[in-house]
Amino acid sequence: MSRLAGIFWALLFLAVPILGVATFAVAPGYGIWLPKDVSVHGASIDSLFYFILVLTGVVFVVTEGLLFWFLWKYDVARGERRATYIQGSHTLEVVWTIIPAATLLFIAIYQMNAWADVKMRRPRMSPTVEVIARQFEWRLRYPGRDGQLGTSDDLHLVNDLHLPTDEEVLVQLKSMDVLHSFFLPHVRIKQDAVPGMKIPVWFKATEAGEFDIVCAELCGWGHYKMKGRVTYEPRAAFDAWLERKYAEQEATQPQPEPTADIATND
Amino acid sequence: MSTIVAPSHAPAAAHQPHAAGFLSTYVFSKDHKVIGLQFLFSTLLWFLIGGLLALAVRWQIAWPWSDVPVVGKLFPLEGGQMPPEFYTMLFTMHATVMIFLVIIPILAGAFGNFLIPLMIGADDMAFPTLNMLSYWFMWPAFICFGASFFVEGGAAAGGWTAYPTLSTNPAAAVSGGWGQTLWLLGLTFVGVSSMLGSVNYMTTIILMRAPGMTMFRLPMTIWAMFITAILQAFALPVLTAAGFMQLADRVLGTGFFSPEGSIINNTMNGVGGGQPLLWQHLFWFYSHPAVYIMILPAMGMVSDILTCFARKPLFGYRPMVYSIAGIAGLGFIVWGHHMFMSGMNPALGITFMVATMMIALPSAVKTFNWLGTVWGGRVQFTTAMLFALSFVSMFIIGGLSGIFMAATPVDIFIHDTYFIVAHFHYVLFAGTAMGVFGAIYFWFPKMFGRTMNESWGKVHFFLTFLFMNGTFFPMHILGAVGFPRRYADAYHYETFHHLQPLNAFMTWCAIGMVATQAIFAVNFFWSLFFGPKAGRNPWNANGLEWTAPSPPGHGNFDYQPVVYRGPYEYSVPGVEKDHLMQTDPPNAAAAAAALAAH
Repeated sequence: MSRLAGIFWALLFLAVPILGVATFAVAPGYGIWLPKDVSVHGASIDSLFYFILVLTGVVFVVTEGLLFWFLWKYDVARGERRATYIQGSHTLEVVWTIIPAATLLFIAIYQMNAWADVKMRRPRMSPTVEVIARQFEWRLRYPGRDGQLGTSDDLHLVNDLHLPTDEEVLVQLKSMDVLHSFFLPHVRIKQDAVPGMKIPVWFKATEAGEFDIVCAELCGWGHYKMKGRVTYEPRAAFDAWLERKYAEQEATQPQPEPTADIATND
Repeated sequence: MSTIVAPSHAPAAAHQPHAAGFLSTYVFSKDHKVIGLQFLFSTLLWFLIGGLLALAVRWQIAWPWSDVPVVGKLFPLEGGQMPPEFYTMLFTMHATVMIFLVIIPILAGAFGNFLIPLMIGADDMAFPTLNMLSYWFMWPAFICFGASFFVEGGAAAGGWTAYPTLSTNPAAAVSGGWGQTLWLLGLTFVGVSSMLGSVNYMTTIILMRAPGMTMFRLPMTIWAMFITAILQAFALPVLTAAGFMQLADRVLGTGFFSPEGSIINNTMNGVGGGQPLLWQHLFWFYSHPAVYIMILPAMGMVSDILTCFARKPLFGYRPMVYSIAGIAGLGFIVWGHHMFMSGMNPALGITFMVATMMIALPSAVKTFNWLGTVWGGRVQFTTAMLFALSFVSMFIIGGLSGIFMAATPVDIFIHDTYFIVAHFHYVLFAGTAMGVFGAIYFWFPKMFGRTMNESWGKVHFFLTFLFMNGTFFPMHILGAVGFPRRYADAYHYETFHHLQPLNAFMTWCAIGMVATQAIFAVNFFWSLFFGPKAGRNPWNANGLEWTAPSPPGHGNFDYQPVVYRGPYEYSVPGVEKDHLMQTDPPNAAAAAAALAAH
């Protein structure tokens, strides 16, 4: 086997870390990267993402680099040398067990707090809005002027979610039919909506703006078009919007009866 | 198939009478090699079907709602366009076919069957009839899955995970009729087949090893197959039970997975009283170990190929065995990491997160040991070796990307995006499928007595490697944007509208990757008939299978092999040739003693 072939194959394996790192380096320039984050807790998720990216990036480059180097150096075409007869190394095994174990354990413990903030430390407050997922739309229910969900003055909307900025909001998530997932990419929130369950979701948006609501759990043929929009706006603008929508609802329909919808019953 | 004269000291057990008929030799054969090849040919055919399904999926992602070539004419698509329900069916069946009809049966069914008796020095499996049945139980599954494409409403479209209530309620999905029911039946038959296989493999490996073949002289392939069989046997019953429960929900009107009072498509959903999350727990209790069922045998085979073409002993044989066992053990307590966003108690998420982080450890140990195996070797760049090396290189990517999903806070963002699609394709295609290609090039001479063309093999490797990375690597950065999986068209979202050109590039690569497999197919079938004849041991490897004729006759070995050493005695100092067969006695005196002892 010719040395040239060996060089070619070794370089092919060298291309893996080079092109791999290059892809990640170039992508943000084309906007193919984490979307803008407008939440408080998002920073801890993103920094954990970058931390793991750097850590795995180093391991990736080192291991792929070693593979390339061994292929380059120990090509059979480089001469009649005998392969090293070695069954292994106890020291090395211990080293490369302990170091990754410690690193992985560190990541595991380090991230627990961020997880608890997003999923476990539920704020003590009544829901800002109830989101009821349904094939293939997001039904929204705001407590009306009485501040209570499930009363006759609830405000009903579809796909047009508004939330106040700079304060904690609590979304009560339900599904009417099948599994859905309430994905707000720009505030780093994702939670499956499960029929028969009421799941709380909370976060604090820091910036005004209008963004996508994405369904992230397969919910049938129309999964791809289950699109909603979420608008974060300062409290005053939010209240004004609520008032406007409320007036619209009262103008277009007679006083709605308390909903008999079983899925939305509390 | 050549016949061999049974030597006087060959064990008489399990020798069935030589039947001359075509049917009993090639169709209803109880010979593990024929059954292995039956599995191989069937799964390769499904591999092609699964690949074409993937291409159709890629077509829609790259150019949504444009006319679909070929498939558009095969199926009555409206105006050649793909409706979204058809797309949903495509990715469901792509995953189903690849997992249940390709990867699992090609590893355990094809290579497990062919290699286990040959590598442990047995003349056949412990239960040849069960073995034959394990292949023939695949056929009802083939028929169920295949026929489901043509029933009203089409094949299953609830994702390969078949989450209720989309899968349990006929009103929820277009394919709510026979498609999903046939899918569940097909899954059950695949399960029966796997169970018959794994019982057989465990028994064979425990009881039928050649004299001298201690457990710690087994090649890694056999260790991996052994532990995989244990995984199958313990995890499968749960999936089978869950499958029957879902079947009952669909057909008998029970409500294991449907809660009270849900309204689907404006119709009430049965009596309810169940829990959708129950299915997810039961499903992943099997399907997470199944992830290891789909990679461990490939890891084993790659270890054997690497040592052979590095002409070196496996670095850290025992740590390699322990890490396979570690992966398998931990594999039973990490299933919840598929459910971090499911609504499962988030405190439970922490437990599963820690277990998941820890399972990265044995995988890391394996990778380091593979690198150690190549270090200081005499690397021969054969086609099999290139595929094995690429397994290592790509498994590093697939392994590292897993850490992102294991980190629960990061998973909040990347869960169900293309990041996970990148991750499991790096493990299952760039990993397992590349390992399987390597194994085919490596053991082809033993299977058919001829060698595949090396030059075309390398062209096949090079193009597959290139196109594969072009297809799958950009999925990582798509996932970083949050690009959701299973979307027929995501470009009408502001967040994702700019991602179409990248997806078009990936689809071109996917087309190139599938087209490249034509080179493999031609090489395979040409070599089957016209390839250069291979001797018993074309690669100068040292496993027991290489002492048998190529292809081995009924009963495998000329005489009962006796094992004197471990499976990786390459480049032993003080020995002139660079490998010692497992059957090479330590010295002449020992050889004589061994013969006398018989």
